[in-house]
Amino acid sequence: MGLNIEKIRADFPILDRKVNGQQLAYFDNAATSQTPRQVINSIVKYYETINANIHRGVHTLSQEATDAYEAGREKVRKHFNVQHSHEIIFTSGTTHSINLVASGFGSLLQKGDEIIVSALEHHSNIVPWQMMCEKTGVVLKVIPMTLSGELDMEKYTQLLSAKTKLVFVNHVSNALGTINPIEKIISQAHEIGAAVLIDGAQAAPHIKADLQELDVDFYTVSAHKICGPTGVGILYGKEEWLRKLPPYQGGGEMIAEVTFEETTYADLPHKFEAGTPNICGGIAFGAALDYMNQIGFDKVASYEHELLTYATEKLLEIDGLKIYGESLQKTAVISFNVGNIHPYDIGTLLDKMGIAVRTGHHCAQPIMDYFQIPGTIRASFSFYNTFEEIDRLVGGVKKSVMMLS
Amino acid sequence: MSIQEIQNEIVEEFSLFDDWMQRYEYMIELGKSLPLIEDQYKMDENIIKGCQSRVWVHAELNDDKIVFTADSDAIITKGIIAILIRAFSHQHPKDILDANTDFIDEIGLKEHLSPTRANGLVSMIKQLKMYAIAYQTQLN
Repeated sequence: MGLNIEKIRADFPILDRKVNGQQLAYFDNAATSQTPRQVINSIVKYYETINANIHRGVHTLSQEATDAYEAGREKVRKHFNVQHSHEIIFTSGTTHSINLVASGFGSLLQKGDEIIVSALEHHSNIVPWQMMCEKTGVVLKVIPMTLSGELDMEKYTQLLSAKTKLVFVNHVSNALGTINPIEKIISQAHEIGAAVLIDGAQAAPHIKADLQELDVDFYTVSAHKICGPTGVGILYGKEEWLRKLPPYQGGGEMIAEVTFEETTYADLPHKFEAGTPNICGGIAFGAALDYMNQIGFDKVASYEHELLTYATEKLLEIDGLKIYGESLQKTAVISFNVGNIHPYDIGTLLDKMGIAVRTGHHCAQPIMDYFQIPGTIRASFSFYNTFEEIDRLVGGVKKSVMMLS
Repeated sequence: MSIQEIQNEIVEEFSLFDDWMQRYEYMIELGKSLPLIEDQYKMDENIIKGCQSRVWVHAELNDDKIVFTADSDAIITKGIIAILIRAFSHQHPKDILDANTDFIDEIGLKEHLSPTRANGLVSMIKQLKMYAIAYQTQLN
């Protein structure tokens, strides 16, 4: 059985809305996914029935909110097949998660140590590490990419050495959709004793990662890419690593005892969760995972692949259209340009037709520099998109090109 | 013509169109007909920040009036800047400073006026006015 798209679309109230007088066709899913009623309801229910600050509360609401929040963490644990729920740190999202690791990891390194990033990264997985390198004298190495938008794995192997302490690569490229061979990246890094952080932000909506099987040291996810709300995400870290890392922020919730002479830190996961967390967000993240799992990731992946194949075929029929990122292993993302037309022009006209795409460098300037382009138009598909919507996209691009030529 | 008269003229031209496509097609035409900025002025310090496309604006004083030239690598942005230049170029700095930009709303480009909009229309207007301030000071 495939997906019942009509039924699924009915779960997403926003898909009914009109934009510039036209029916919305939403293809900016890689930036943020839309939110199903089930998740919206969990948010409403939280604020209407159990809103309270969590942990250490003696009253009933606080207990119920704590239970619901921790149940959210448990859902995340189960979804990613993590061994212990205290290895799941709630954060505000992937950027926060990466900064948390980058900020602490520096204290475990010495000047001259090397860390490896890939050319396919989002700025979030570049800048925090550059900041760390500036402070510590650690050296940043880059795995180059190829014309098809894939990582040059031979070069990666050459970069690995006894000096390498950490490798951080995204599971899926946000700008191109390339699915990176993270199994190989992880195992090769482990052979020489380096740790690996995988940025799973773009993978999570399409691929259900088994983190124990991957044997990855850190994995990051943002809830809003996977039908959850904005402002919440997770850092998964192996217990041994999370114990080694110093706390990131100080405050309430993360302490065991505080005196002016000395403060001792709380145990995992609270050591990294200073202050009142995004309680509702944690609960809604759990609801989003429930929703996705009920639909089923296998079905999502195969339907999205059909959408990708169809859209790729149709778009390539347009004269002068070039797709960036031609890996055979990619999620339902198409990054493209038409001739010399600026992506912004096409994006603006598509918006007038109710079609939402993203234009620009997609926070991945090194990739744009590599292709020597100012940016691309990126259409990213989700399981609630339809073939009819893709026809509208293709028609919209054709119309835009006609107007702009 | 005064800035106000030119703006009225632009509003009148745009009122002939009954849908967004015609308006944008006209804007694209305007963009294409924008006199090119001299290459020597297409330098980084003339780039207006806040635009997803690159926009260069150059200004010089000629007979107490400011002459603007501009370019962009995106054609719609070029159309927008062409409209602005038509309204504000060859005008006295003081008149530029006193002028409002309500006509943008009236020609159906209101959505471009949001300060968070990636095309930076607001930044463009600000930049033109900055030049006017600079030259006004020079004239005083």
